[in-house]
Amino acid sequence: MSNTAKTSATGRPSLGSLQKRRTADVKGQVFLGLLLLAVGLAVAMVLAVLFSVIVDGLDVLGSRLWSFLSNPSSSDPEKAGVVQGIRGSLLIAAIVSVVAFPIGIGAAIYLEEYAEDNTFTRLIEVAVRNLAGVPSIVYGLLGLAVFVQSLRGITGGSSVISGGLTLSLLVLPIVIITASEAIRAVPSSLSDGAYGLGATQWEVIRTQILPAALPGILTGAVLSIARALGEAAPLLVVGAAAFYTTGFQGFLDQFQGAFTALPMNVANFAKLPADNWAGHAAAASVVVLVVVFFINLVAIIARARITKKLGR
Amino acid sequence: MSTETEAPTIKTEIPTDGQTAASDELPSKGVASPPVFTARDLTVYYGDFRAVGDVNLDIGEREITAFIGPSGCGKSTILRCFNRMNDLIDIARIEGSLLYHDIDLYDPEVDPVAVRRRIGMVFQKPNPFPKSIYDNVAYGPRIAGVKGSMDDLVEESLIGAGLWAEVKDRLGSSALGLSGGQQQRLCIARAIAVSPDVLLMDEPCSALDPIATGTIEELMKEMKNEYTIVIVTHNMQQAARVSDRTAFFTAEADEATGQRRGKLVEYDETSLIFSNPNDDRTEAYITGRFG
Repeated sequence: MSNTAKTSATGRPSLGSLQKRRTADVKGQVFLGLLLLAVGLAVAMVLAVLFSVIVDGLDVLGSRLWSFLSNPSSSDPEKAGVVQGIRGSLLIAAIVSVVAFPIGIGAAIYLEEYAEDNTFTRLIEVAVRNLAGVPSIVYGLLGLAVFVQSLRGITGGSSVISGGLTLSLLVLPIVIITASEAIRAVPSSLSDGAYGLGATQWEVIRTQILPAALPGILTGAVLSIARALGEAAPLLVVGAAAFYTTGFQGFLDQFQGAFTALPMNVANFAKLPADNWAGHAAAASVVVLVVVFFINLVAIIARARITKKLGR
Repeated sequence: MSTETEAPTIKTEIPTDGQTAASDELPSKGVASPPVFTARDLTVYYGDFRAVGDVNLDIGEREITAFIGPSGCGKSTILRCFNRMNDLIDIARIEGSLLYHDIDLYDPEVDPVAVRRRIGMVFQKPNPFPKSIYDNVAYGPRIAGVKGSMDDLVEESLIGAGLWAEVKDRLGSSALGLSGGQQQRLCIARAIAVSPDVLLMDEPCSALDPIATGTIEELMKEMKNEYTIVIVTHNMQQAARVSDRTAFFTAEADEATGQRRGKLVEYDETSLIFSNPNDDRTEAYITGRFG
């Protein structure tokens, strides 16, 4: 450790010139500190949200978890539950999966693999990106005009079908963008290899590009489901009910009748007088978070299995 | 295993037609007839950019033909004309003619997919599919419509690519677990599984170490008995070691635009190119004075 050889006669580098610098790297440390602060704040905010809804909701969830999950809406704070919201949200997730995923992924495949790279294609891509930033209430107005009013015969008006279709429109740009990016990230060496063996374009897409892009496409799909499950504003415009009674329902009424969704439950509970309804909104929020968490979990497991199957 | 290969087999006997200077202009010099490929005034454009122009050469059957030259000289571009891989680049277009046996490869009636089944390709970077070793080899036959068990075909192809002994106990494991050299031999096995007529190799050894390179060079010499091979290489020693004929390309700045464009400078038997090139640029390149 003693600096015996400061400079040697042969002109070799001295030990001192390679030693760790004693003077502090102030700028580097400040930068690192700012980064840590940013990470810390982000984590703190998420934890604060989680903590506050759990604490506020604990009263309801702790005392009557099962009845809260299994009861329909009610004017009695001791009986009110979110089963209608859970049912609505799950149906909406199903409708989005059936409608937005095939259309969005199909559009992405066309744009990335078939469309010529010209001004028109680029215009479409820019438009799709902009659509992803349109406020959700605007989609609600579109849904009201198209699904609730024009297509009333099919959707039954303010129904879970209208709500699901509206949210499908809302997430469609997200599905297209994430699927496009996943497809674009597939290395061209894979498709070249398949083309070089005499594969047609369809075979290359089916056997190489889609399997390789699937994990990324799945991630985008989950993000969009989570987005759809969290939206209240468009459903409000489309006419999700704050309160409805479920009498006997025929099969079609399940889809064409009155509906609500978990975010609507949250909004409605929050509007009620706080002394009786304290904690209901928070408890419903926890239910939303848990549902989204489980959907994420399923997707992560699916993604891991696909990735493993592909041998990466 | 390649270390003792008899140094570049420079054949001392000068071919008879080499002495008749008049034949110098003929691109087909000495190629056994009929040639597999006949390129006449083959020119490739990327958009308005003329990447490589006026290429005239014949590729002999069951020979190894090497394309050498500095970066940007268009040798890979020409190679990719031979199985119409350039079709995949929207802005690429060709002029001139390219015959495969007697068929015009760029005839509108010709299906590029069918062309690529006859004319296989091995790429610069080993690109096995993210599937098992078995499925990699079986991929080509499957898309070509072969049904049922392909055990024999997979075994034959892997033997043909000199990989069978190393992988026969783990055909079901991922191809991505192989070493770079093994992956490249797997890509060769994959290419020969569809029984092509020609193998195009685009710098197949540039990502490999010398030992893996030696293995593949040995393999090419064996495969020459069954396939016509065209190889693009940056490695002049490699061209000298394995090829029968060598085409030297270079890139020259266009006087009008200043853009560098590729051109074929000289094409001859490898022994002549490396011992007694006709063109000063070839000599400068092979002796390492430029490029």
